Amino acid sequence: MVTKGEIYRISGPVVTVQGINTSMYDVVKVGNEGLMGEVIGIEKDKSIVQVYEETAGIKPGEPVENTGLPLSVELGPGLIESIYDGIQRPLPILKDKMGDFIERGVTADGLDHEKLWEFKPVVKAGDKVSGGVVIGTVQETPNVEHRVMVPPNVSGTVDEIKSGEFTVLDTVCTLTDGKEIQMMQKWPVRMPRPVNKKLTPNVPLITGQRILDGLFPVAKGGTAAIPGPFGSGKTVTQQQLAKWSDTEIVVYIGCGERGNEMADVLTEFPELEDPKTGRPLMERTVLIANTSNMPVAAREASVYTGITIAEYYRDMGYDVSLMADSTSRWAEAMREISSRLEEMPGEEGYPAYLSARLSEFYERAGRVESLAGLGGSITIIGAVSPPGGDFSEPVTQNTLRIVKVFWALDAKLAQRRHFPSINWLNSYSLYTKGLTDWYNENVSPDWVKLRDNAMDLLQQESELQDIVQLVGSDALPPDQQLTLEITRLIREIFLQQNAFHPVDTFCPMDRQFKLMDTIQKFGDKAHAALDSGVMINDIIKLESKDELSKVRFDDDFDGALKVVLDKMDKEFDSLKSDTYSSGVSEGAE
Amino acid sequence: MILIPQVFQRGLNEVTKEYKTITEIAGPLIFLEKTEPVSYNELVNITLPDGTTKRGQVLDTSHDKVVVQVFEGTGGLNRQCGVRFTGETIKLPVSKDMLGRILSGSGEPLDGGPRIIPEDRLDINGAAINPFSRMPPKDFIQTGISTIDGTNTLVRGQKLPIFSGSGLPHNEIALQIARQAKVPGSEEDFAVVFAAMGITNEEAQYFMQDFERTGALERAVVFLNLANDPAVERLITPRMALTAAEYLAYEHDMHVLVILTDITNYCEALRQMGAAREEVPGRRGYPGYMYTDLASLYERAGVIKGRKGSVTQFSILSMPGDDITHPIPDLSGYITEGQIVISRELHRKGIYPPINVLPSLSRLMNSGIGEGRTREDHKAVSDQMYAAYAEGKDLRGLVAIVGKDALSDRDKKLLEFADMFEDRFVRQGVDEDRDIETTLAIAWDLLAELPESLLVRVDNKFIEKYHPAHKK
Ligand SMILES: Nc1ncnc2c1ncn2[C@@H]1O[C@H](COP(=O)(O)OP(=O)(O)O)[C@@H](O)[C@H]1O
Ligand SMILES: [Mg+2]
Repeated sequence: MVTKGEIYRISGPVVTVQGINTSMYDVVKVGNEGLMGEVIGIEKDKSIVQVYEETAGIKPGEPVENTGLPLSVELGPGLIESIYDGIQRPLPILKDKMGDFIERGVTADGLDHEKLWEFKPVVKAGDKVSGGVVIGTVQETPNVEHRVMVPPNVSGTVDEIKSGEFTVLDTVCTLTDGKEIQMMQKWPVRMPRPVNKKLTPNVPLITGQRILDGLFPVAKGGTAAIPGPFGSGKTVTQQQLAKWSDTEIVVYIGCGERGNEMADVLTEFPELEDPKTGRPLMERTVLIANTSNMPVAAREASVYTGITIAEYYRDMGYDVSLMADSTSRWAEAMREISSRLEEMPGEEGYPAYLSARLSEFYERAGRVESLAGLGGSITIIGAVSPPGGDFSEPVTQNTLRIVKVFWALDAKLAQRRHFPSINWLNSYSLYTKGLTDWYNENVSPDWVKLRDNAMDLLQQESELQDIVQLVGSDALPPDQQLTLEITRLIREIFLQQNAFHPVDTFCPMDRQFKLMDTIQKFGDKAHAALDSGVMINDIIKLESKDELSKVRFDDDFDGALKVVLDKMDKEFDSLKSDTYSSGVSEGAE
Repeated sequence: MILIPQVFQRGLNEVTKEYKTITEIAGPLIFLEKTEPVSYNELVNITLPDGTTKRGQVLDTSHDKVVVQVFEGTGGLNRQCGVRFTGETIKLPVSKDMLGRILSGSGEPLDGGPRIIPEDRLDINGAAINPFSRMPPKDFIQTGISTIDGTNTLVRGQKLPIFSGSGLPHNEIALQIARQAKVPGSEEDFAVVFAAMGITNEEAQYFMQDFERTGALERAVVFLNLANDPAVERLITPRMALTAAEYLAYEHDMHVLVILTDITNYCEALRQMGAAREEVPGRRGYPGYMYTDLASLYERAGVIKGRKGSVTQFSILSMPGDDITHPIPDLSGYITEGQIVISRELHRKGIYPPINVLPSLSRLMNSGIGEGRTREDHKAVSDQMYAAYAEGKDLRGLVAIVGKDALSDRDKKLLEFADMFEDRFVRQGVDEDRDIETTLAIAWDLLAELPESLLVRVDNKFIEKYHPAHKK
């Protein structure tokens, strides 16, 4: 249903079109250059279109053509290792066609339509197949086996299935009713891909980041938000998660943020190794980069493009993580478009549907059983950039109503270079309870107790700090002084983690446990020593305690830890004998 | 070469239809009716009854109505004015001969020199650099200022503004950086593009004199939109400057340092335009699209793969009411690659440069420092100084309440460290150009005043190698 009309009005990225028949979300080609746009409103005989490219120089009266199709992405082999703009145009192809600066009017397919892939069938003629069923595989990267699926709305009996090298457009499977299946499917980005059912997330996403795994874990298939003022660590944390999480596929969306940050990922990821497979991280990653200076309508679309790609891999039975940096820029794109439409503004000028859009997005996360009964998940981690760092603003508030994990970044911590600057008193995870079994079985039966104990101490510390602010720490009784010393170890050794240190950047669960356990041991021994009459200052002076802080930087973690533990034992033993002998001598006098 | 007319003149010379259909004038905007189709963002020339002309740009266009913002303000305009549409967006004539020239905020010569003979005419809005074409910046720029080089390192292609306040010495600092900045061991071509937006004549003179004194003017292109120039013009001044910078960087392989001052005046002009268009205002009356708009300036810094030049931005932004959460510094901080924050408190203490390192940040520091760039221990030293200074500074508050005697030995040391840090590391002369070795040496001397057990951020191997007590 191709129909033609003409431009009536242009105001920034919003173009009004007349004399054309459209449905909501149809993709249209605007102006003499055929710029891509999407219908986002219909008023009487006029359609309102958001245009994904610059509109300078376009005139009323130029032609508009309706493709009659909704905004869709191409799904199939070749997604991994790609870098796209917000509407799935590969940036390397845009560069080939236009040079180093993004001009407009260039179209580019999301997938390479010519490349040959080795397709290996896993079904045979006569098999009954339906939506989501895997009919064959392609080794997309050494790291990722791409499972070619029957599109969600198709089913039947296999008549013919091929094997060999094909392009994504070649038919690899024919059903008895004549229906042909290719490796590539198209899917409208604004519509969630269907699943059989949603399951409760019960396995943690292991991130190698101590404060996250240790205190505020997110489950695979869960949702987390990381709000914070500028410079507090949103991007570094998201990148750390993209690098080190034990996930099979990563979709990283740079939504309205810096170009250099995407360039960074592009140069770093091919060099870094996935700790699980040893392969370059890029081989499991899809990047979407619609930076702050790229068209704002495409920024709005970028989040949908990303989540649809994530769903596609989830449907293959993979654990997928999606990072969106930053969802605030996405919300602002909605606001910008909405105000051009002269819609009634809601809170702080955001459209009234802000909260609905945010929920729809996070709702696309989850641990699921796919249409074909495969288990997969999408974990969504959204950065939020509150103006002035004020968490009471609409995007943060609406997000917190939806997500289950809140990592509250704190400018004060960032200023003193306590990284990750996640505030341990304000943050929370609603998954901790549901993950207990997993920790008992996979880390240690002591883990949950250790963690709760640490949280408890940190809480006490904050209360003690209030007193210290009034009287100074020397005025506290020795056992409270000791508590402060132990919590400092928790903060400096466990919570702090340097993303840029080659060893410290990633800390596996067993090391996390050992570190926490050692701090606890030190605490226990120190309290016992104190009870037996040792002076607090002698405990604070112990060298093993300071040496523990460097263990996490050591390549030979276990070796270094053992040295510290041995020294700790010796030091406490000698403290004991000192007290004993001095006690004896005092008594003798 | 033939003489091609200046920035806006091309449209005037062409025979285009003149409209006398202004229906409304409001603030900097004019509204017209019944025109032939006019394109979005195109440049407009307006002829006043007395024959003078003004320039504007199309903000909204439809079959029924066209909205134009007038750069020189709408003073003197009436419904009898003639309006011509030029059919093209605003372009800047560029040439290498721009170096050494002083131009107005809209690109006209102010120095009495000849017009620029253009080698090209470029759209001042530029185009977004394809993120795939970007090369992550990593070349250390030594500014000679310890608080920058040591703890907030600037690299080539970075956008790192100064967040300051009225009456603080941000201009001195910007000039000191412009004078001293160099990439150690490199002899490449460099240039400065300076754009004044709404600053006073006196301030502008201060910059110009320094440029002249040091000979920097020969390597500079200056755009001046002063406080008494039209506010709307401020919306195009930085775009002209960045267009000139990109041209010099990408066509002539130069390393260009762009100084835009004052971003706050730019944002005020943006707010004024928004209000005139009766847009729904965002936070504190600034337009909801201010983030995107500022990004279209700041993101024009960078390094491109396979090209020799680079654009580095070091802009000045005065924080209204010294409030870093104000929308202008806030949105800027979300886009730029860090910020250098000037502190009134340090300034009052008589410390120059009064840079408060705690809220300051260089996001690209990590890629510009370390082994083979500055020194292997650089990062650890910086982190350790931050941690110690932050703690020491906090303790000042406590001391005011409980007295110094109530502090533990550890805390006393940290308290002293904070004072020494400000006095020896932060404080330096206006013409004192410290190389990075000197900066790191001062840092180690200060760290050596702390008990070694406090140096938890530093690997033992660095302590053994660089700590004054261990160094052989
Ligand atoms: N885990 C970390 N380890 C070390 N440095 C960090 C860490 N997180 C943040 N940083 C520092 O803080 C700076 C700002 O972090 P970033 O993630 O870019 O902030 P945001 O995205 O919130 O603006 C980084 O450039 C880096 O220097
Ligand atoms: Mg960020």
